[in-house]
Amino acid sequence: MKLKLDKKNFRPFLQSLMDEYDLFAPVQLAEGVSVYKKIDQPEEVDLSIANPQKPAKEIFFPQSETMFRYEKAGKENRVTSTEEVKRKRVLLGARPCDIQAFSLMDQVFAGKEYTDTYFVNKRKATTIIGMGCDHPLSTCFCSSLNGGPFHREGSDLFLIDMGESYLVELLTDKGMAFQKNKFFEEANDKEISLAKGVEGKATEKVKASIPVDGIEKRLDQMAESPYWERVQEKCLGCRVCTYLCPTCHCFDIMDEAVTNKGRRVRNWDSCLSSLYSQETSGHNPRPTNRERTRQRLMHKFNYFPKNFDRIACVGCGRCILYCPAHFDIRQTIKEIQRD
Amino acid sequence: MEQRQKAIQDKIREKARELLSKKAVDLVIGFGEGTLPLRATPIFIRTPEEADRLIWNSFCEHNLATYLHKFSQFKVGLVVKGCDARSIIALGREKRFKPDQLFLIGVPCQRMVDRRKVKKAFKEEILRASEQGDEITVEGEDFKKVLKREDFLYPSCQVCIHRTPIKTNVLLGDPVEESPLVEMHPEVKEFEEKSPEERWRYFEKEAGRCIRCYACREACPMCNCMECFVDSSNPKWIDKGLSPSDLEFFHIVRTYHQSGRCSGCGACERACPMEIKLTYLTQKLNRDVKELFGFETGVDPDAPPPLSTYDTEDRQEFIK
Repeated sequence: MKLKLDKKNFRPFLQSLMDEYDLFAPVQLAEGVSVYKKIDQPEEVDLSIANPQKPAKEIFFPQSETMFRYEKAGKENRVTSTEEVKRKRVLLGARPCDIQAFSLMDQVFAGKEYTDTYFVNKRKATTIIGMGCDHPLSTCFCSSLNGGPFHREGSDLFLIDMGESYLVELLTDKGMAFQKNKFFEEANDKEISLAKGVEGKATEKVKASIPVDGIEKRLDQMAESPYWERVQEKCLGCRVCTYLCPTCHCFDIMDEAVTNKGRRVRNWDSCLSSLYSQETSGHNPRPTNRERTRQRLMHKFNYFPKNFDRIACVGCGRCILYCPAHFDIRQTIKEIQRD
Repeated sequence: MEQRQKAIQDKIREKARELLSKKAVDLVIGFGEGTLPLRATPIFIRTPEEADRLIWNSFCEHNLATYLHKFSQFKVGLVVKGCDARSIIALGREKRFKPDQLFLIGVPCQRMVDRRKVKKAFKEEILRASEQGDEITVEGEDFKKVLKREDFLYPSCQVCIHRTPIKTNVLLGDPVEESPLVEMHPEVKEFEEKSPEERWRYFEKEAGRCIRCYACREACPMCNCMECFVDSSNPKWIDKGLSPSDLEFFHIVRTYHQSGRCSGCGACERACPMEIKLTYLTQKLNRDVKELFGFETGVDPDAPPPLSTYDTEDRQEFIK
């Protein structure tokens, strides 16, 4: 069934969500810079920027997350768990690329071998209201990676911006729970075809053009290729591409303790940092940028496909847009496939 | 393309070709065409045939001196603007490279265009951009507009009075007039006008967006410590998360470590994906160092950097 949400009712709708759920949505921190954040006031939500700098992964996998707290009080040791998610959650306004990335992260954090309580608890508690990406950028290549600007997989509800209102699709059981939402009205045929038009135009803009087929096999032959020496040259070794990547999921666990109490924290980590692979002895198996750049690309296009049969890239283009040295992964993919 | 810039581009290519043919250098680090409008990208040229990939325009914003530590085993030909050459002089004072390791290809700078400022002037995506003298033409799907270059320059470039690189092996093009477009870095001015409380709030807000990607550090030629204090685990100076105090601590130490060393190129700010303002701090310190010690980074190769010099005659009156 197709419904619609009049934009006049958008804020009251957000407020109604917040009464029942913890709401997470894009918030602008400075002109043109936004992130997904827990919403305190409906006015904070800003859907004007298609893709915030920081991907939506941090809703399930925060950049810095307390795993538990501990305290020594006299002879007693107290440990406090932080695993539980106390309130249901809604993630609103995420674009299909970020949502597709969740299913890749599921392979790691909720896969056959391991279950990461922290990730899974948040994931289970969350209803995802995805949003059609009506203004994809020239750097977007989601459709080369089994996605698309209106890819619905992973969304429980899906919104399409029709100007005055949003078309609302209920896609899963979690989504169907919203069937009787008082702000949703039935959409008429005209509106449904208007939304189709928006979808068609955006889909037309992002044509599959990045040749990823067979890249895993190509890379099998390239472990010691001189290509890595060349491709790493401009990389500065910062962490922009990995932190802003919706699929990168490496972390580091630290204890932050003072006197008799502290907490165990896990923070995002990046394979492009030399510290990432530094061993206690001082030996570093990935001593230079060459090995580290290779790792980043191998993990996405070779190891991940080997383990989970999918490429760990959703084509969101953030690494292209925000790399200070202007490294373009599309070029790299083309070169790997050509060389 | 404007005549002057085209001429410089030709000369850069010619010089690179010559250096590589004579094997005077192992590689030339310069600027190449980016894959996005308004962007150039660092390129690494190893054969004379590749020299034609080198370009020169108002999007050549990177300070390529930051790549030197990566190529310490090679003889490097490096394309430098005024600010980049100042970084090289400062690095030289710190003995960060061997004197005969470098061949500096100096280019008098026309001031670089702030790509984000241009982008923000349009609602739609810019798909093409080109430069004609004092104008930039940008085009999108349904628009084409000509902008005045001067309205879209980086703050650090607006105040620059050292556009002509010094102590280079060759200078391509005539020296340019050294007068600032604005007397004071606009954000330093605003910052100085604020009360201490307002300053702190501004700093807090900016630093609060930090994601600890360290792009500012890596883009900066002067950030070349063997081990950055944020990475040290013994002693541990700082935690690795996003607590406001850690973010602020990182930003304060990063800035202070630049005093008397920063050339004011603005690479840190341009590298930041979260668009955190950074040069209001470094340029403020640059002003202080100039006022207190009469010192500007990399302007006089023989002048000792004030914060790493000891002198029994040091004047003390500025310590309050």
